[in-house]
Amino acid sequence: MQKNADVERRQVRAGSAMMVLELTVNNHPGVMSHICGLFSRRAYNLEGIVCVPIANGEISRMWLQINEEQKLDQVIKQVQKLPDVLGIVRHDAGHEIFTGLSTFV
Amino acid sequence: MFTMNGAQLIVGLLERQGITTIAGIPGGANLPLYDALYQSTRIRHVLCRHEQGAGFLAQGIARSTGAAGVCFATSGPGATNILTAVADAYLDSIPIVCITGQVPSALIGTDAFQEVDTYGMSIPITKHNYLVRSADELLRIIPKAFELALSGRPGPVLIDVPKDIQTATVSFAEWPEPGCRQEPPVADQAMLLEAAAMINRARRPILCLGGGIIHAGAAEEARAVVEKGSLPTAMTLMGLGSLPAGHSLSLGMLGMHAARSTNMALQDCDLFIAAGARFDDRATGKIVEFCPAAHIIHMDIDPSEVSKLKNAHVGLVGDVKESLGRLLPLIGRDERKIWRNRIELLQELYPMASPAAIIPDTPYGLILKVAELAGEECFVATDVGKHQMWTAQVYPFNRPRQLLTSGGLGTMGFGLPAAIGASLAHPERPVILFTGDGSLQMNIQELATAVEQQANIKIIVMNNNSLGLVRQQQNLFYERQFFASDFRIDIDFAAIAKGFGMTAFNAAVDCRLESLLERVMAVKGPCLVNVPIAKEEEVYPMVPPGASNSFMLGGCNAEKCGC
Ligand SMILES: Cc1ncc(C[n+]2csc(CCOP(=O)(O)OP(=O)(O)O)c2C)c(N)n1
Repeated sequence: MQKNADVERRQVRAGSAMMVLELTVNNHPGVMSHICGLFSRRAYNLEGIVCVPIANGEISRMWLQINEEQKLDQVIKQVQKLPDVLGIVRHDAGHEIFTGLSTFV
Repeated sequence: MFTMNGAQLIVGLLERQGITTIAGIPGGANLPLYDALYQSTRIRHVLCRHEQGAGFLAQGIARSTGAAGVCFATSGPGATNILTAVADAYLDSIPIVCITGQVPSALIGTDAFQEVDTYGMSIPITKHNYLVRSADELLRIIPKAFELALSGRPGPVLIDVPKDIQTATVSFAEWPEPGCRQEPPVADQAMLLEAAAMINRARRPILCLGGGIIHAGAAEEARAVVEKGSLPTAMTLMGLGSLPAGHSLSLGMLGMHAARSTNMALQDCDLFIAAGARFDDRATGKIVEFCPAAHIIHMDIDPSEVSKLKNAHVGLVGDVKESLGRLLPLIGRDERKIWRNRIELLQELYPMASPAAIIPDTPYGLILKVAELAGEECFVATDVGKHQMWTAQVYPFNRPRQLLTSGGLGTMGFGLPAAIGASLAHPERPVILFTGDGSLQMNIQELATAVEQQANIKIIVMNNNSLGLVRQQQNLFYERQFFASDFRIDIDFAAIAKGFGMTAFNAAVDCRLESLLERVMAVKGPCLVNVPIAKEEEVYPMVPPGASNSFMLGGCNAEKCGC
């Protein structure tokens, strides 16, 4: 059976931070284009991206900061369809990886 | 152990996929692939005259059979040329596998001769795409490409193969299994029960069958549901043929060029059931005013379609064939006399065409005459324009896959190569192409392919010496400023076709069209007939782009309609 990636929901902290999608994806040079291309093509707002290779570089973990309350379900469904996306966790109350990053800017 | 080069591996894998025809054009970056193809005894290569033609030819195979079509192009201009056909396949969910040559890996990114970023350019217009990085990846990628193209919601897959990968040696112990369509998921039972209850409760339901019905092979299940529940049934352009045009519950096509009665009934329905249809704006008109009083049931294999444009009260995500099959025992037999009477009344008042509009010298008359002569077994391809909409409106489509038309992308130039593809896949059956003089000129070079392949296609050029549908919009919405829509030279299409070696006729204005058409249909192999059509013949009714479907211009008895 053909299956799209499942979505897990995690509510870590309460607060007004932007929601974050945490993706596990195949790691090859085209994946970032697929993800970013999807957002620009469908006119979804993508505010921030963090991406690191894991598991010997076979796969990557990616955090997408999204400002898209209205279309969020659509965004997730479209992301799920990408064959290179292996897993999705949604953090409705944001994710601290971006809080940490803000100290660099 | 098997040892061969990457190109031979690709051809071997395609043979194992059961591919027998590949359309394409060779060039520097895919020559190793052609060298390997030359060795194949199972695959016939069809040399097209433009890569867009090759892409559409592969689509013709895919659309007429449901199996994946395959096309080849070289890097750079070959790839950019074929992308229109790939995008077209994407919007209509057609399974094709497009294999492009690419400059050698070491030159990628250097602006090498004939290098373009085919991978990058194809991301937004493919279901998935690959840039192959080593020859042994092909063992995984090729079968996977077919699996993806055919599974779930079908679509095009592009594989970009650098030249050095084609010539690299690969050794492997075992051939992989060919990629095939994966079992689709089945809709949730609780949702099915809810949908059935809604259908049973509804007083004025309308079912809408889209291209998904055809992709899923669900026409039989759909018909059973239609008949048991007495559901008046509209079809999208892509869904035409899923219920025979002559069926008493058929409302024909909905949307921009629907019969008035169909759009009026839709405005009135209390339940709209979309089955394998995606609420395209050409079908719905202004979406907020579409079926304003209706609850919505949406069946689709693609979860992202459900509630994308119109909120579904019940979403049945899964194989539409299964969904319809499981709905059948759950819905009650109901004659819906009042609702059907009301629709019949509308249909009598506002038929698609008046009797005067179907004499042979009119567009409808021509199309109906051809239909009569072509018989039920034929395939019908169209290009894009008025001729396409006239065909969609009145041709008596009686089975799925009979119509090949570019719906989502609306690509002029689709028709001729797609017709050739359908014909090569079904050599025993006639293929009719209704085209316009504008569209034909977009891929006219494929007349050569048709002759070379002796494809049994009959090309009806509905020649209004203009870009008709554009001209119509200027007529209706741009104060009759006809700019850049009238051709200023008269082209002798019959002479041109003859130049390609094709039998061809010109219908003189005063000729006996019927007997000419009979002669055309009797020709063995490809044949073209040019039929003059008055510029002023417009497609009616018409919902202005962006307007509600309740606002229709023209059409039979329009003056009797208060709206
Ligand atoms: C490739 C492409 N370019 C432009 C258009 C816009 N367009 C839509 S219909 C049309 C005119 C089609 O003319 P023709 O094929 O002669 O058909 P007719 O409408 O006259 O029957 C045009 C230019 C298109 N659909 N496709």
